[in-house]
Amino acid sequence: MDIDLNTIWFTLIAVLFSGFFLLEGFDYGVGILLPFLAKHDAERRMMINTIGPFWDGNEVWMITAGGAMFAAFPNWYATMFSGFYLALTLMLSALILRGVAFEFRSKDKYPQWRRFWDGAIFFGSAVPALLWGVAVANIVKGVPINGRMAYTGDFFDLLNVYTLLGGLVTFFMFLLHGAIFLNLKTDGVIRERAHETAKRVWVPTTAVVVAFVALSYSQTDIFEQLGVNPGITALGAGVALVAAGGFIFKRQHGWAFLMTALTILLTVVTVFRGLYPRVMVSSLNSKFSLTIYNASSSDYTLKVMTVVALTFVPIVLLYQGWTYWVFRKRITTETHLEY
Amino acid sequence: MDVLDLSRLQFTVTTIYHFFFVPLSLGLTVLVAIMHTAYARTGKEEYKRMTKFWGKLLVINFAMGVVTGIVMEFQFGMNWSEYARFMGDIFGAPLAIEALMAFFLESTFLGVWIFGWNKLPKGLHALSIWMVALGTNISALWILIANSFMQQPVGYKLVQYTLPNGEVANRVEMKDFLAIVTNPNIFVQYPHVLSGGMVTAAFFVMGISAYHLLRKNENTTIFKRSFQMASIYGAVGIFIVLVGGHDQAQHMVEAQPMKMAAAEALWDNEDPASMSLFTIGDEKNREDVFAIRLPSLLSILAYNDSTAEVKGINDLQAEYEEKYGEGDYVPPVGVSYWSFRIMVGAGFLMLGILIFALYLNFEGQVERYRRFLKFLLPAMALPYLANASGWILAEVGRQPWIVFGLQKTADAVSPNISTGTVWFSLIVFTLIYGALAAVDIYLLRKYATQDAGDEIIPMPKETLTPVQQGAFSGD
Repeated sequence: MDIDLNTIWFTLIAVLFSGFFLLEGFDYGVGILLPFLAKHDAERRMMINTIGPFWDGNEVWMITAGGAMFAAFPNWYATMFSGFYLALTLMLSALILRGVAFEFRSKDKYPQWRRFWDGAIFFGSAVPALLWGVAVANIVKGVPINGRMAYTGDFFDLLNVYTLLGGLVTFFMFLLHGAIFLNLKTDGVIRERAHETAKRVWVPTTAVVVAFVALSYSQTDIFEQLGVNPGITALGAGVALVAAGGFIFKRQHGWAFLMTALTILLTVVTVFRGLYPRVMVSSLNSKFSLTIYNASSSDYTLKVMTVVALTFVPIVLLYQGWTYWVFRKRITTETHLEY
Repeated sequence: MDVLDLSRLQFTVTTIYHFFFVPLSLGLTVLVAIMHTAYARTGKEEYKRMTKFWGKLLVINFAMGVVTGIVMEFQFGMNWSEYARFMGDIFGAPLAIEALMAFFLESTFLGVWIFGWNKLPKGLHALSIWMVALGTNISALWILIANSFMQQPVGYKLVQYTLPNGEVANRVEMKDFLAIVTNPNIFVQYPHVLSGGMVTAAFFVMGISAYHLLRKNENTTIFKRSFQMASIYGAVGIFIVLVGGHDQAQHMVEAQPMKMAAAEALWDNEDPASMSLFTIGDEKNREDVFAIRLPSLLSILAYNDSTAEVKGINDLQAEYEEKYGEGDYVPPVGVSYWSFRIMVGAGFLMLGILIFALYLNFEGQVERYRRFLKFLLPAMALPYLANASGWILAEVGRQPWIVFGLQKTADAVSPNISTGTVWFSLIVFTLIYGALAAVDIYLLRKYATQDAGDEIIPMPKETLTPVQQGAFSGD
């Protein structure tokens, strides 16, 4: 089969977003759970330290996905970022506060100081967790994009039952993923509470996913795209989510984590498959939809970037993987939290 | 104000703010890496304390640089979508490469470094901060490669493509990646920015060390050592800054003569050209109200030749009108002129300070020069002033172009955003940035004035026995 450069880049961007949702997914989840699972300062510090060495590296998956969109599909980048302007302003505010909060919260001893930054971590994790789902749902459902590739709606056009449900999907998915991650990285009471949380969150997570998939039938053309049998990726995502529930109740959180990871990965793949070859659907006229062809860079640029990406993504995976190995130990209140 | 003005203002605010943190990160990471290496090699406690003391300040600064950097990446699309469409084929690549090569490296290894104490072998731990240093400095390279294209487009072709509605639009496409990476501008710009980072870090370390040397009741060994290292580091830096800056100015005369003319308030061609020592100009009528000019000096600086002609604003304006069509091709002269002078003035002042600091090192009695040490505290602002005004000259002096000769800033703004929207983001970012500036200064002050030692946040102890349990087994 002849695969063109545009398809390769569409795939690479899917890979970058997969990496982002998979990794940052659990650290958003930990951030959202922070005020609920930790009862005092030491426990909060413990929770934060489970993602302390990783969150920044995880966030770079998003930065890189953005950069890759700019490089490979400039019109996609331009339309989406100018179109989702206010949503992105909100997201940026959240990410700014979240990023400094991790570094600043322990740098002073006043309880109000720490409470403020803990609040910032919660806000900074919850808002993007919601917004990403809203964004993805909008991309799939379609937004008003005119013949000059410009988004013509406003902020409130992005919000409706379907897209908000999409927001809930990512929110709950990350929450579940994070709770399971905490089970793997902590010990003692936090682990116990994280286990209870995972049990309790799994049901609503599954419920919103089912509702979202059902609504996708009427709200999007994703099933026309994929056919009646949506294929192994969509079914796999569903099976993995169900399996995750089973493993949670059996307290096998290693397996449960693999399953939520799989759910996230396969969902991203399904969404990208449903979009292909489009990158943003226009609700005004199907001809105005952005595709991997009308939104893309030149073949020359795509070629250069392919070489760069195929060289550096494996290197990144190697050293990021190594850091997870270095900090693989569970964190307990006995752990010397020098930070 | 319209969307264009507001977007410009927002870009100014967010970019200058971002660049408050970047140079210090560039320079200080290397300095801390040197300290950490000294510790790893000698095992001396003194170097460990130095590493931790400056490392803590570095991390605070680094966090600010990282979070304000995300805004930079997003707003090219948010506010400047037409720029993104026109330039994406060329500008996106270095940005994506920056993320792949640099952002991953610096953010991943910063995590390793912060949390790696007592977990990694000493050598490997020191290596992790070198990886951060490498990452930040590679990051600067790629973003400057991107900026260099805006200053001096090379290796491109102008093409037309059809929009979905059938209209035809223009954009630039990459013709030669190597040419873009080896843009002549990068060879003068990159050393200048990098060494600017070295000087920023040097003044930061010298200023804070001076504070501690002025206090008599503490162990000053590590601050004397830090002062010494910083002054040598800074002296090397300022040498490259000035030589590189001169190269850059000579390059600017060739590549962007209008920027040079504006920076010198040179209204008409002069042969030989005089350099302005002090000018109060009338920008509207393009004439001097009051000026002291040094004959022939600009010709010498620009071409190493006392008889060379340097082009003036009026002549260049006529030339550009012929080439690009009717329009105003003159950048804000006052801003260009004064930012140039502030940068150069601060540069030479820093040179003087660093020479004196070097001399004091040889003399060996730094702490006795109390007035000089006191002066070093406010002098910490000098590199910041120079960095900001340097970028103001680089970017304002290029106006009305966003990409020199190819796209005007006015044509680059997003057509589909409203003034209300941009007002909103401008206010939100300004408020957050303002509050964070206060927090940042508070924290830097707090940790900079603390005595150096192992700053460990105490952990309340609890009696909890860890349970041994495999992740893949039920219980």
